[in-house]
This record gives sequence, C-alpha cells and structure tokens, in this order.
Amino acid sequence: MGLPLLSLIVLVPAAGAVVLMVLRSDGAVRWTALAVTLLDLALCIAMLSGFDTTTHAMQFAEKYPWVPALGIAFSLGVDGISALFVFLTALLGTVCVLASWVAIESRVKAFMVSLLAMQALMLGVFCALDLFLFYVCWEAMLIPMYLIIGIWGGEGRIYAAFKFFLYTLAGSLLFLVGVIVLYQHGGRTFDILALTAQDLPFGIQSWLFFAFLVAFAVKVPMVPVHTWLPDAHVQAPTAGSIILAGVLLKMGAYGFLRFSLPMLPEASVYYSTLMLALSALAIVYGGLLALAQDDLKKLVAYSSISHMGFVTLGIFALNLRGLQGGILQMFNHGVTTGALFLFVGLIYERTHTRSIADYGGLMKLVPVYTSFLALFTLSSMALPGTNSFVGELLVLSGGFAANLAFGAMAVLGALLGAAYLLGMYGKVALGPVSLVTPYKMRDVNAREMAAILPLAAFVLWVGLYPKPFLAITDASVRHLLVQVNAEGAGR
Amino acid sequence: MDPAISIRPLVAVAVPGLAALAILVLRNRETLRDAVSPLAAVILLAIVASMAPTVLSGGTVDLRLFEILPGIDFAFRADALGMVFATVSSLLWVLAAIYSIGYMRHLNEHAQTRFFACFATSIAAAVGGAFAANLFTLVIFYEVLSLVTYPLVYHHEDEEGWRGGRKYLVYLMGASKSVLLAALALTYTIAGSLDFVPGGLLADANASPALLATVYFCYLFGFAKAAVMPMHAWLPAAMVAPTPVSALLHAVAVVKMGVFCVLRLVFDVFGVGLVGRLGLGIATAYLVSFTILMASVYALTRDDLKARLAYSTVSQLSYIVLGAVLVSPVAMVGGIIHIAAHAFSKITLFFCAGSIYCASGKRNISDMAGIGRRLPWTMGAFFVASLSMIGIPPTAGFVSKWYLAQGTVEGGQVAFLVVLLASSVLNAAYFLPVSYAAFFQPEPQDGRPPVREIPMVAVPLVATAALSVLMGIFPGYFLTLADGVVR
Repeated sequence: MGLPLLSLIVLVPAAGAVVLMVLRSDGAVRWTALAVTLLDLALCIAMLSGFDTTTHAMQFAEKYPWVPALGIAFSLGVDGISALFVFLTALLGTVCVLASWVAIESRVKAFMVSLLAMQALMLGVFCALDLFLFYVCWEAMLIPMYLIIGIWGGEGRIYAAFKFFLYTLAGSLLFLVGVIVLYQHGGRTFDILALTAQDLPFGIQSWLFFAFLVAFAVKVPMVPVHTWLPDAHVQAPTAGSIILAGVLLKMGAYGFLRFSLPMLPEASVYYSTLMLALSALAIVYGGLLALAQDDLKKLVAYSSISHMGFVTLGIFALNLRGLQGGILQMFNHGVTTGALFLFVGLIYERTHTRSIADYGGLMKLVPVYTSFLALFTLSSMALPGTNSFVGELLVLSGGFAANLAFGAMAVLGALLGAAYLLGMYGKVALGPVSLVTPYKMRDVNAREMAAILPLAAFVLWVGLYPKPFLAITDASVRHLLVQVNAEGAGR
Repeated sequence: MDPAISIRPLVAVAVPGLAALAILVLRNRETLRDAVSPLAAVILLAIVASMAPTVLSGGTVDLRLFEILPGIDFAFRADALGMVFATVSSLLWVLAAIYSIGYMRHLNEHAQTRFFACFATSIAAAVGGAFAANLFTLVIFYEVLSLVTYPLVYHHEDEEGWRGGRKYLVYLMGASKSVLLAALALTYTIAGSLDFVPGGLLADANASPALLATVYFCYLFGFAKAAVMPMHAWLPAAMVAPTPVSALLHAVAVVKMGVFCVLRLVFDVFGVGLVGRLGLGIATAYLVSFTILMASVYALTRDDLKARLAYSTVSQLSYIVLGAVLVSPVAMVGGIIHIAAHAFSKITLFFCAGSIYCASGKRNISDMAGIGRRLPWTMGAFFVASLSMIGIPPTAGFVSKWYLAQGTVEGGQVAFLVVLLASSVLNAAYFLPVSYAAFFQPEPQDGRPPVREIPMVAVPLVATAALSVLMGIFPGYFLTLADGVVR
C-alpha cells in the first residue's frame, strides 16, 4: 500500500486549518471545516478497514528522518490500542464542527482553525511512534485548547483556561524529565518501540513511574488532581467540552498503556494496588460530586471523573478482561460523554440555562431530543444493552479478579452513576413542564441529528455486538500483558 | 434430545415489539391502533404454542444469534421453565389486551398510544426474558422491562404517579446497578461464562463458599422484581398505575420476571445441588417465609383493594421462591406451577378491582358493600380467584399449594408447612371479607345511580377466572413442563 495513510490522517486537518485561514465568509469556513473532518473520518475508516487484527505489531508504519543527529524521526504507526482512538478523534472532530455550527457566532474562522489544529495534534499523539514527536504534539495541544476555552468560553473562561493550562503544564514538565531520562538510558533514541524493548532497573522504573503518573493522572484526571476539569468543562464551548471529555481525557489513560505499562512493567505491577485504590477513589468520589451538582455540565464533568476511574481500574487490574474493558470503556466514554455534552450544549442554545432546577417536563416540549437524551443517559449509567455495560462488565470482572474490595467500591460507583443520571433525567425530561424554560422550543433539526445519529449508533452497536471493537484491541492487549507479566512478574 | 434450531423464539420477541411500532404509527387512528394489541397477542400465543410440543417432549428450541463477549452470546432457548413463563404471559396478554381497551376507553384515559405501545413492548421483554439462553440476554430484557413499564407506572402524571414511579425505578435500578451488577461480574470472573447450564453453571466452580454465598444473595436481592423483602416496597408503590398495568405487569410480567430469574438462578446458575450443599436453600427459605407472613399481615391492614392485592402478590411470589429452594423435587414442581396458578388468579383479582373502579369509581374495600349484586360477574370471578389464592380445590392455587405442602413434608421441613398453612389462613382472612361485603352487606342508599357491568371489561375477567379453575382441574400442561425442569 503506497499511500501514507497515517500521515494523511494527521496532516489533512492541519492542511485544512491552513486553507481555512485564507477563506473569507463564515459559511465557507464552516462547510470547509466540515468537509475536512469528513475526509479525515473517511481516511480513518479506510485505516480501520485495512487493519490487521491478528498482529500486535505497529501497522501503517511510516518513518521519515527529522533530526537524525538527535535520533528524532517523524515516525507514525498504529496498533490495536491506538487505532480505536484515532477513529474516535476523527469521529468527534466531525461532531464538534456540527455542534459549533451556530453556537459559535464570533471569530468563526479562528475557532475552526483552532479546532482543526487541535484535531491534527491529537491524532499526532495517538499515531506517534517517536517520543519527541509525541511530546511535541502533547504539549502543542495545550495552545489551541487554551484558545478554545479562553476566547469562546463562558464568563469565567480566563480563569478556567489558565487553570487548565497550569495543571497540564505542571504534569507535562515531569513527563519531560521522564522523557530525558528515557532518552539517556535508551541509547539516545526517541524511538518508542526501541525504548519499550530496553530493560530498566527497578529503581529508575519507580521514579519514572511516578513522573509519568503525575503527567497522565492530571489528564485522566484522577483524584486529587482533577479540579481543573469541572472549571474547564463549564467554561468551554460545547465543542471544547466534547474534545476535552471525548479525547483529551483518553490521552492520560493512553499514556499509561503506551508508556507506563510496557516500558515500566516491574513498577506497574509493583504499584498496581496503589493505582487500583486511586481508581476506586476516583470512581466513588467523582460519583458523589456528580450527585451534588445542579449544573448540567458540571454533572457530566464529574461523572467523567468517575467513569475514567473505571478505565484506570481496568488498566491496572493487569489482566485480559480488565485491560480490554478499560480500553473499550475509553472508547465508550468518548462516544457517550461526548454525546451528553453535545446534548447539554443543544439545550443551552435554546434556553440559556444549565441549571437542572430550571428544567422540567422537556419530554412534552422536545420529544425527539429527550428520547435521545434518554438513550445516552442510560448508556452513561451502563444499562445492559448499551455500550458502557459491556465495558463495565469487563472492567468489573477484571477488577474483581485483581482485588475484591476495589471491585466492590467500583460497583458502589456504578450505583451512584444510576442515581445522579436518572435523577438528572427525571428532573429535566419528566414531571410537570417548567415555567422557567420557554414554552415553545424547537426540537432537534437535521444538522443536529447528523451529529447525534452516529453516536447513537455506536451506543447500540458496541452494546450488542462489541466483537469488532474488541477484535481490534485483542492482539495488542495480549501482547501488552505478555510484556507486563514476563518482566513485571519476574521480579 | 438435540435442540431444535429455529427462529421462532426471536419471532416471539419481535411480534409484540413490532406491534408497539405499529401502535405508534397508527396513533391517529384509534380503532386500528387498538386492534393491533389483540391481534399481535393471538399471533404471539400461536408462536409460543407452536414450540410447546417440542418442549413438552423434553426438547428445546434454540437460536444463537451472535457472540457478545467470549463466553457470552446473544442467544435464545425455549426450554421447559421458559415455556411456563412464556405461555402465561402470552396467553394472558390476549385477555389483558381486550380488557385494557375496555378500561382505557371507558375512563377516557390520556396518552393511550404511549400506554399501548409500552404495554406491547413490555410483553416483548417478558417473552425475551423467558426465552433468554444466558444471564446476559436475560438481564437485557429484564432492564428493558423496567424501563418500558416506568411510563406505565407514572401514567397519570400527577404527584402520586411521579412519586410511585420514582420509587419503582429507584428500587429496580438501584438493585440492578449494585448487587446484580456485582453478581454478574463475579459470575463472569469465576465461571468465564454467563450461560444457563442444567445442573448449574457454578456447580463445579473453583471458588470459596463465602464468595459463592455472597454472589447468590447479590442475585437474590438484585432481582428486585421478585420482591423478596426488603426489596418489595416498589410493588405497592407501583399500584398508582392504571389497573390493567397492575394486572398484567404487576401480577404477571414484571414480578414473574423477577421470580423467573430467581428460578433460573437456582436451577441453571447455581444448580440445586450447590444451593443445598452451601445451605443457601434453607437460608433463603427462612427469608422468604418471613416475606410470606409479613406481606400477608400488611395485606390485612390495607383498605385500598389494589394495595391489598399488591401485598398479596409480594407474599405469593415468595411461595414460588420457597418451592425452588426447598431442594425437594415435589416442592420445586409446586413452585414452578405456582407461576401460572398465581398469574391466572391474581390477574383476575386485579381485573375485578379495575372493573369495580370503572363501574363505580370505588377503590376502598369498605365502600364496596353490596356491590356484588350490581356486578355479579365481577364479584363472582373475584370470589373464584380468592379461592385459588387461598388454595381451595378445584382451583389452580390448590394444585400448586398441594405440591408445595407435600414438598415440605418430603424434605423434612415441617416448619415451612406451618408457614404455608398460616399463610393460607391469612389469605382467607384478607380475601373473604371482600366477597362477604360485596354479596352479603346491604348496599348503602346514597342516591347514586346504580352501577352496571362493562362488557368489554367483564368478559376477560370471567375468562381468567375460568382459567384459574381449568388449571385446577387440568394441570397437566404445566405439570409436564415443571417435571421437565426438575428432571
């Protein structure tokens, strides 16, 4: 296959951003941005359809020299762990453009440019096989995200944007230290596969593990470094929230999967109980916080902390089901929480309030909206038949195998999830019609439907027939387990 | 016997499902819309009946659709136990569909399209649960049933409706998102599969007795629809629903789904042997005995007829569970056929409560003096069904109680025989006064116009009362199926 597919996937949105800069009318900007994201999505589908599920090796690999003197290369590739997220990023990218169609009124061009730049950098993170390239994308991502929150956000946007920036930057600095240590120890190369293959002494692994932990935990986010998340979500425009929840949070977990586990297997096994404890804490604490919210966006934001706790719980269960469930749950969370933020945005555009207390009886006013909201609410609380249930069952099964007590705590989190999600839905959609909200409201239109339907399809597809998704990750997860167990358990 | 592979179990689920869609499409054409439910019910009954010969002769009808996770398929299997549940719900849907039309039209209820659509979907869920071949498939339909019955419970959309609905959902979802979820995950961890295995999926499991016992009780309380105390409080709260809902769903589909799940748990997940070995059976028996007696006492104190029936249901459901856990084949047969016996009689009682309400607007037993002379068919049927609840021959309730009582003696558990007898006395104490008041107390002279039977409501309830008697005289069909389960 001569086509450099991954380069195209990464560079198409970047090129799109450049093209947008020369356009003049807002309409042209919107349609071009949509076309670019759709093209990118098509490329990702092409990538997945050519994906070989029988191997754990990096596929579609490309390598071009960049700074040979320092061992830096422009090196891309995907395996079962990253492929799903490349697709998810492109899918949510399209949804984001649709969600911003009318919500963003000022400086449309600048917004869409930021959005596409963001997408290119996120795809770069997931595709990078060179640590330097990874780090550049990882850090550069902060800039468009900072702009998206800081310029198009709500009233407290400056504070939220700064908090987001500072937290992630602080985490990244430790990551940089880790990268330099790896570079020195690994024979002065940035090749991720080569770095993975080396055998580090346990002492260094431990230090690196905690350096990485800080960086990744901020992104996930894990309790207690989660406090930037609600601020950022509440202030961000809808598209910003979708990207944050759908993709950015996944990068922390992806970091664990790509770096901590395979490069630092002994430390990962040694500290796995600590990680399980932190995950269980995040599940319960995030759930409790979500239970106390009146702001729709904050509720979904805190629920993300709880749900990402399930992801890290699965990952650090360090068994097949846990890892598979964790990765599937990352994908599911991207779809479902992305959709929930979209729905909060849709109703906010109509009513200009996010307070749950202001709502009531939306079922009578906007039946189509509330029906789909019900689907995503049920998906978020992992009702059997929806995507999250499959992931949750796998995570819990793996979690119980690793540690009964933390598994039980996770179940408590699932119960809390049902409580705040059903409570929210009951107040917003059912009951008597609220007098605060406008009496007449427009139901979902075709553009909004175009953003909703693919996400709804994935909710049911993964819920009832997750096999294709698990097949993508299977070989890589098994290989990862071999890496962790062979070296980690050998100690 | 090799399983017969057939698409019929899936069709059985699809028929009521498609009926719900048709109802939504025909929402502006009332007559056509209302014709959908009875028609679909007859088709469903025919499909279920077409599978009966295979199952009666000891076979199963299987359909494996696709793999969800390793060890977990989306699959159907019509076996003897599933056939009991499916027969009962499809047969009673025919009558309930006619009754609902009469009831909803007479009271001129709002949101009838939503009502009939949810009603049909809940039948689809019940049949799907009956034919589910593993826990995963079963739980999907179990949750669908919770969801689609929720709008039926809050149907009136008044303060009381919302409160009852909330309680309904909190109990059912709370149980399934906590203990049931944990039980499923632990089962999958221990056994690597969620399939129903005759003799028990976990029978040879490599796990500590303490863990297995925890899993067992997580299931028992996780299936809150079975209303084993303390997970029963949703059931009386759900009585705010229109009476046809209480009838079919809270006497047949919903609660029977609960006890059906518990029977699956005992027979096909843990296996009778393991339940006996770990002493779980006897522990459960004490637990449900408490439920049987307490619920009967509650029922005695309720003047609202539907509330009394609700507590009676709580009590009677535990009979079914009691039969299953006594680890005596005879008691098991009794428990299984009590699914049908209770369904036929309890639906009659609810139909009667609805008929009284339609005709006179009365809900409290103390207001029903002399009403039997105005509504002879209704109150006659009520009396017959009461006899069945108490367990007097020749009604269905007698047959199942006979087997249950024999089972306690055979298993050497005479304590539970006392529970059964005490409960029968209590049943008589709260049911017979209703009939007495209706037939023998003088009608108050309050100058209100006399009430009359409503034909479309009265015919189905006479039919279900007749079924209660017929099953008492010809229990062969259900006995054969129950034997098939126990064997």
